Amino acid sequence: MLSTNPQITPVNLLEQPADQPVIQIRNLNHYFGTGSLRKQILFDISLDIYPGEIVLMTGPSGSGKTTMLTLLGCLRAIQEGSLKVLGQELHGATKSKMVEIRRYIGYIFQSHNLLKSLTARQNVQMSIELHEHIPTSQAIAKSIDMLEHVGLGERVNYYPNNLSGGQKQRVAIARALVSHPKLVLADEPTAALDKKSGRDVVEIMQRLAREQGCTILMVTHDSRILDIADRIVQMEDGRLSSTDLNNSSAGS
Amino acid sequence: MKIPLAWLQLTREKVRLLVALAGIAFADILMFMQLGFRDALFESAVTFHRSLNGDVFIISTQSTSLIAMRTFSSRRLYQTLGYQGVASVEPVYVDFSLWKNPENKKTRGIMVIGFNPDDLALDLPELPSQTDLIKIPDTILFDRASREEFGPVPQLFAQGQLPQGQPVETEVRSRRVRVGGLFSLGASFGADGNIIASEQTFHRIFTNRTRNLIDIGMLRLQPGVDPTQVVAQLRQALPNDVRVFTKAEFMEFERNYWAEGTAIGFIFTLGTIMGFIVGTVIVYQILYTDVADHLPEYATLKAMGYSDLYLLGVVFQEAVILAFMGYVPGGVLSFFLYNMTRQATNLPMYMTLARAVTVLILTIIMCFLSGMIAVRKLQAADPADIF
Repeated sequence: MLSTNPQITPVNLLEQPADQPVIQIRNLNHYFGTGSLRKQILFDISLDIYPGEIVLMTGPSGSGKTTMLTLLGCLRAIQEGSLKVLGQELHGATKSKMVEIRRYIGYIFQSHNLLKSLTARQNVQMSIELHEHIPTSQAIAKSIDMLEHVGLGERVNYYPNNLSGGQKQRVAIARALVSHPKLVLADEPTAALDKKSGRDVVEIMQRLAREQGCTILMVTHDSRILDIADRIVQMEDGRLSSTDLNNSSAGS
Repeated sequence: MKIPLAWLQLTREKVRLLVALAGIAFADILMFMQLGFRDALFESAVTFHRSLNGDVFIISTQSTSLIAMRTFSSRRLYQTLGYQGVASVEPVYVDFSLWKNPENKKTRGIMVIGFNPDDLALDLPELPSQTDLIKIPDTILFDRASREEFGPVPQLFAQGQLPQGQPVETEVRSRRVRVGGLFSLGASFGADGNIIASEQTFHRIFTNRTRNLIDIGMLRLQPGVDPTQVVAQLRQALPNDVRVFTKAEFMEFERNYWAEGTAIGFIFTLGTIMGFIVGTVIVYQILYTDVADHLPEYATLKAMGYSDLYLLGVVFQEAVILAFMGYVPGGVLSFFLYNMTRQATNLPMYMTLARAVTVLILTIIMCFLSGMIAVRKLQAADPADIF
């Protein structure tokens, strides 16, 4: 079953043709447990997401949204079907290849998961160091610049404990986007935030995605932010259904 | 320079870091003291041997150490004069007896060294000017580095030197002796104090001993003669009721007795191992708590694309940082404790480079071991769990 995958280099990941989907899923099934406890979580999922799209995934809890996100983020091995991220087939990918692909994906988690021992600026810089070999002074400047983009120019040297929930989530966005990933995966980034900060956070994400031309797949329950999406896919009991918002109400 | 994550993680929690460093410093002090005592014991055991003024030594086969000497016939010693390379020979007498404290009259065992006053059997700086003194019958020299229990002899002696002062007199093995002078050799685990007497005085104290039975036969060689060759030659020639040593071998023989023939070497080695284990447990606790506390953060780093190797590196860097930062206060405190011990016990306890390096290496191994146990917790950092 092992397919020979082309060698991953930053070049072939970043220079993906614009008409090719960033995510291409074909007949994906996923199970948890073994033997008689084996339970199917995802059923025959097929989905294409194209560069620059902002796709929201909604659905009741336990429907398999998070499982799908972890598969897309190379955090879990594919069991059945085909899943291509940034042109790379993940089915049968080696562990080191999965670690490699993770570097080209920006993650935003429900809880910010910032490193408590690092300042806002250092947290962002951790992401730069993973991708680029640039002098420290440039990395610092770039991190500060990114924090200014998310409106935290005044807070660059604050530790996460001294930031509000919304501010922490904005640092997490800065960390996810500073290296200009082609794909951003977000898992309920506004769940722990009040209405105003939640709105701020998604608007920042939307603006940066437009600026950088990156693709966003966001799992959310939050009906207040549905308007930022180009497309909404619905997950129910492990099956997908899709609504294209661009056709009905283009531009929000 | 990359962000020094290990350093930042450690220093963020100042109190925890201080506790960790105190723990490591404590373990280091424990190791330093145990190793220090062990080496001081061995060193003190051979202080006498080191100052012996000869090249080749003969002792009875039944002698096991300086505190358990068996005599042998001086004929064996004079026999060696017939061999090539031997320039001169001197007998040295060593025995233990009770010394009466001149102040409170309490008795205590002391080592008595006897030799021909016309020959400097011991290479001590104060000896040459005082050999004429011990030619006077029943006059001895007292080791000022002896333990205090023998009485304030150096002070009494200094007062005795004044115009109207009284000379210090006391009893050794029921024989009245006068302190004619002082020298410095130092107490050992075997002997709490030392006195030097002439051959004549030695035999007047130990009336039970026969004159032609000696404890140590000391040979001096002609210039340019290799002691190992003479030793090899004598081992062939002499009957096996005596052992022949070079000076280094003689010291090694004594050291081996204490290291292997007694429980002392074992006890201090065990003490060192205990310190090592205490340190390992402390560092493990610190590293484990650190990994456990930061597990979601480490999982996030994995999700971002940091490899397991990077995270292993962070834990091991923390281990090394802890090792060095704990070692410095531990070493400095041990240095002062060595000084205190030296003053309290007269044992030759010094901070040596070799021991400083040994303990540093032990500390690093200690921290690495703890790191190796703690990183198993890292496997639990599954990035799939944090979504």
